[in-house]
Amino acid sequence: MIEGILIGLTTALTFQNILMVMVGCFFGTIIGMLPGLGPMTAIALMIPITYGFDPATGLILMAGVYYGAVFGGSTSSILLNAPGVPGTVATSFDGYPMAQQGKAGKALAIAAWSSFAGGTLSAIYLLFMAPSLSKVSLSFRSPDYFALMILGLTAIAAFSSKGQFLKAMMMVVLGLMLASVGQDSLSDITRFTFNNMNLTDGISFVLVVMATFAMSEALTIILKRNDPTSAAKQVSLTELGSIKINKEERTKMYKTIPRSSIIGFLIGVLPGAGATIASFLAYGMERNVVNDEEKEKFGKGSVNGLSAPETANNAACSGSFVPMLTLGIPGSGTTAVMLGALLGFGVQPGPRLYMTNPEIFWSIIMSMYIGMVILLILNLPLIPYIARILAVPKNYLIPLILFFSVTGIYVMSFNNFDIYLMIGIAVVATFLRLYDFPMPPLILAFVLGGLMEENLRRSLLLSNGSWEFLWDRTLTLCILLTTILIVVWHFYKSIIRK
Amino acid sequence: MNINTTKVISLLFFIFSVFYLYTAYQIQVFAFDENAPFNARTFPIYLGYAGLFFSGLKVILPEPNTIKVQHKNLEYKKTGILILIAIIYGATILKVGYFLTTSLFLFTSYYFLGERRWVLMFLLSFPFVAAFMYLLHGVLDIYLRDPFLQSIGVMG
Repeated sequence: MIEGILIGLTTALTFQNILMVMVGCFFGTIIGMLPGLGPMTAIALMIPITYGFDPATGLILMAGVYYGAVFGGSTSSILLNAPGVPGTVATSFDGYPMAQQGKAGKALAIAAWSSFAGGTLSAIYLLFMAPSLSKVSLSFRSPDYFALMILGLTAIAAFSSKGQFLKAMMMVVLGLMLASVGQDSLSDITRFTFNNMNLTDGISFVLVVMATFAMSEALTIILKRNDPTSAAKQVSLTELGSIKINKEERTKMYKTIPRSSIIGFLIGVLPGAGATIASFLAYGMERNVVNDEEKEKFGKGSVNGLSAPETANNAACSGSFVPMLTLGIPGSGTTAVMLGALLGFGVQPGPRLYMTNPEIFWSIIMSMYIGMVILLILNLPLIPYIARILAVPKNYLIPLILFFSVTGIYVMSFNNFDIYLMIGIAVVATFLRLYDFPMPPLILAFVLGGLMEENLRRSLLLSNGSWEFLWDRTLTLCILLTTILIVVWHFYKSIIRK
Repeated sequence: MNINTTKVISLLFFIFSVFYLYTAYQIQVFAFDENAPFNARTFPIYLGYAGLFFSGLKVILPEPNTIKVQHKNLEYKKTGILILIAIIYGATILKVGYFLTTSLFLFTSYYFLGERRWVLMFLLSFPFVAAFMYLLHGVLDIYLRDPFLQSIGVMG
């Protein structure tokens, strides 16, 4: 392994490859900030460019773009509540309230350091555990995945504050219902399309995120413009704050980062899971482990609540390289695009990759760490300038948010229907938000909907329609018991509080 | 009688779940799939029942903390106008083109939100959209349909 690491370091530290990481991080950050243009688009744009390079350099460039895009997505989540990337939706839960309290600079700094720490730790995990983790990830079966989805949805308990459990559950069901629109993945039978061709492919994730977060946030700000209770909130939006993280906040981050990086990395390793689920789970778990006083701050600008998803999503990015490189199974949509590029280079990923092409395997792992350092060097000094976006008067900022939302959908589909649908969902979401119906559970359910149905289908078909698959395997049973424990604990705490 | 709006929303969700469940039962599956342990309508049926269960509970159970929205403080008119402008923007973007509709959307939105600094309004609409279009179309090579710019020969 030492020999492999040295080969990787030699390859990653060449001038060309360091330059590629820098270019990748920079472009990725910019593209990630634009709503609708996530890492997948960014990497897809890079593929034609990478064909001029050798495989290691090409993949290093794409890995840089990937990290940059995830970090860029956090920036728009924190400043505009418009997640540029699905993996950064959870970042907005506490990042945006923090920015509203005049701590935008601090929120961006926490995000940058957490991303750096998450990425660094997971690069270390990857270094030592990649070959053995590929075996673990292969042991996950459909029932385990289904149980994992259920566990993910219990994270809604974390999002729902006092007395909101049922509201959160209703939003989960609504999210799953929205995800069920379109063709059934196995039989191609159309569902809930009402003979409308525009719904055949289902509703796009970006559309739902833009509608429920960016657009409905913009509409809520206008709606509550003269509301005296939200006046203070609006004044503080123009304050940028310091980017210095104080000792107390650092102490909180020291505790959050290691556990979130482990969750993020492990979820990233599972084929098909990825940064989005990792960040939601890390957020939910973090809320469950902190003390009551800190728990109350979740959703209102908690340092732990911001640090956890940011650490996890970057850790998951590294984790998702494990199944891609060692099994040839992409861990996320983005790594699926990278896998395509890898095959285009004539490299066959698999368990023997780190023996047959050590320079590719280890140089990617090494360049991940270098990428993290470069991302931090590039972004920390820019924070005061990036945060100035909040100083834009609301008369300009609101139309610009709407413009970014519509553009995000327009460039994806060139379809009027999608724009109408987005406006419709945004209006409903704005109304629901007025009455404290939480949106994060809806988004999480929407993300998990397809995967959940897929795994339930496989489990039920394999067990011939019997629900015994839930307790047949020890792993499935353990995950489900954890879920039950979380729900019971949540109810116990709410009864104690009363 | 003062009706709790959260309960009304929950009741609407209950009715929506009934409709969803009814539609789920109407999904046509292949004949050989009809009695399979899992087919295209299985998951939606579970979801329909879950919707009925949770919204039903919300309607029945007492509300621990009632949310009171001060409607008189809310800017319904301005929000409505902004939504209307966004709908018109969505309706015209394909036919007229990205540049003109987006610029006009931004300009009119600034105006209806109370902005009157004309030069700034102009700069943050037409030139801003042109620069953004250049970034997307020119630099990133992302196709943007624009019949207007094509008709005047600016775009190929």
